Amino acid sequence: MRHLLTTETLDRAAIESLLDSADEFLDVLHRPIPKVPALRGKTVATLFFEPSTRTRMSFEKAAKALSADTMSFSPSTSSLKKGESLKDTVLTIHAMGVDCMVVRHEATGAAWRVAEWVDVPVINGGDGAHQHPTQALLDCLTIRQRFGGLDGLRIAIVGDVRHSRVARSDVFAMATLGAEITLIAPPTLLPLDTTGWPVGTSCNLDDVLTEFDVVYLLRVQAERGGASVFPSNAEYRERFGMTRERMSRLKPDTVVLHPGPMIRGIEIDAAVADDPRCLVLGQVTNGVAVRMSALYHLMGGVPVE
Amino acid sequence: MSDVLIAGGLVVTPDGPMGVDVLVREGIVAEVGESVRRDGATVLDASGAWVGPGFVDLHAHLREPGQEHKEDIVSGSAAAAAGGYTALVAMPNTDPPIDRGHLARFVADRGRAVGLVDVIPAGCISGGREGTALAHLDELWSAGVTLFTDDGDTVADAGLLRRAMEYVGQLGGVIAQHAIDGGLASGGQMHEGPLSSRLGMQGIPALAEEMTVARDLSLVRLTGCRYHLQHVSTAGSAALIAAAKREGLPVTSEVTPHHLAYDDSAVAGTDPAFKMMPPLRSVADMRALRDALRAGDIDAVATDHAPHADHEKDVPFEEAPFGVTGLEWAAAVTNTTCGLDPAAFFERLSVAPARIIGAADHGRLVEPGTPANLVVFDPGRRTLAGSTVSKSANSPHLGSHWDGGVRFTMLRGRLTHTLAGAAAP
Repeated sequence: MRHLLTTETLDRAAIESLLDSADEFLDVLHRPIPKVPALRGKTVATLFFEPSTRTRMSFEKAAKALSADTMSFSPSTSSLKKGESLKDTVLTIHAMGVDCMVVRHEATGAAWRVAEWVDVPVINGGDGAHQHPTQALLDCLTIRQRFGGLDGLRIAIVGDVRHSRVARSDVFAMATLGAEITLIAPPTLLPLDTTGWPVGTSCNLDDVLTEFDVVYLLRVQAERGGASVFPSNAEYRERFGMTRERMSRLKPDTVVLHPGPMIRGIEIDAAVADDPRCLVLGQVTNGVAVRMSALYHLMGGVPVE
Repeated sequence: MSDVLIAGGLVVTPDGPMGVDVLVREGIVAEVGESVRRDGATVLDASGAWVGPGFVDLHAHLREPGQEHKEDIVSGSAAAAAGGYTALVAMPNTDPPIDRGHLARFVADRGRAVGLVDVIPAGCISGGREGTALAHLDELWSAGVTLFTDDGDTVADAGLLRRAMEYVGQLGGVIAQHAIDGGLASGGQMHEGPLSSRLGMQGIPALAEEMTVARDLSLVRLTGCRYHLQHVSTAGSAALIAAAKREGLPVTSEVTPHHLAYDDSAVAGTDPAFKMMPPLRSVADMRALRDALRAGDIDAVATDHAPHADHEKDVPFEEAPFGVTGLEWAAAVTNTTCGLDPAAFFERLSVAPARIIGAADHGRLVEPGTPANLVVFDPGRRTLAGSTVSKSANSPHLGSHWDGGVRFTMLRGRLTHTLAGAAAP
């Protein structure tokens, strides 16, 4: 594996290998000194051209836990403001000497362009509404920890699938690991055409609510047009929100996941967010381990004791 | 100027293609026949090639005035001559837009001064291309404009378009529309279909074009104005145009080489060289466009040559501007994808486009007395699109091989292009 850009082309063995290493790195993270020298002397640059805190911090924590140095970039303080192109920004940072680039950008395909421009591994930290592969890996790890594997699990992905890179990444990774996936959203938030996607779709959460082992909630993305794509937050909560009442109707061992940031009171009620069956904080911890695994695999780190 | 003999080619004459020689004297076709006297004449080898009227492009963006970092009339004319063109229509979405007579004269004069291709300015439909008030249509007409368009934008206001049709219809001009409904296409980056959903990009549905075409045809029915649909991209709009022709409406249309050559799967790698408006459509659309061009339901091939500088295109797909170049390879791409016979080939690339804009000196089948605006096109030559003389290299055709090479281009008897290695003076 040269880059980690999309889950669409990852086969089962590749995903499982990444998750197995992540399991080992989770152990590392629970040691008294949660750090190994696997990438000592190497540098990871996080280039986030779109606002992000959690994903960038997660990558930086992962790099540091592997003893790599980190450099970070954010557009608000950069030469992009002065008119520098994306390509020049990338080449400039590359010329400083980095061994891996993590790229987040609002445009589909941005990480692919960066991968054409530089000769170091590139991790797609999110491109537009397209892909966010490490999110999918951490989601798969979280579900695998709970159920032992994804084979035969029924997973609902609920919310703004149309504009979600998380959903596009999860669908292909989870299906590759054997899960059955249903996308649930109002019609204006479902993808227009899911030809070739390993999914079913529904516009009525209540009809199918009790069928699932995992309910994966997506954030209602106000920045994607709000009222022009669905009528109101209240109406969304009424029909698609994970309310306390809906939570009570789930199967007893069904778990709820969310990629964050959660908007309590819209897609998830506060009581659900704080319920032990809501695995959000576990996802965050797993995110660090999965990103350690990705960095380790791509950067050819030395084996961990 | 010494006489020039174009020898050994298949010449497209009013009586059909014939294996004859063509003698050019003083910028005019002087003789066409089997044993034309060649004393003292410069001989151009046309063996194995087709000889016909120089190509006429209804749709080129030369970017001058205002965006000369992308292209100018010098570099754009050179690309056109290399592609076998002897005339082109320069789109008016320049800076400033061509909405006044003196601006149209500037473009035409620059073209004449460069002298590689006849540059025929198109004029705006609306002042400043703002879509609110009519441009100075009469003034433009008097400056030689026959084709009016707000290309790059659609004339969305039906009332304005109706008045433009009434006005231009009375002048004798043609209204050309870049037909895309802004609401349906809002935020769109590529064809709406399985791939746009997969890539998470906003799509541009086929309906955005077809709905606008259907509306425009109603206005043609009302006003009787000649109407030309620019860059047809869907099977549905090709069918609408074909039906309108059967009905007897005065409509014509053009298709670009890139819409004949690629479908939206070319966008999978998010290479901005495949980003243009209208976008590459489905395979079924692409095939329907080829069929419509072969059948004559689509009248003309037009390039929509739209140069953008490297720094503008070497960015993520969604941030790149729409538009690709293609003047140099339009004929070869058309030949490769549609396999037209010589008569149909020159009809679509020269005769029909010249007729649409009323360019009397162009698009004339080869016979004595016609202006020597000619091209020698070798349909069997496998040609690598390896480099460009345009200022910009944002072409999807670059790097591929195409069937067809432009051996010579001649404007009023003067050679404006000679293929490297071709026998020439």
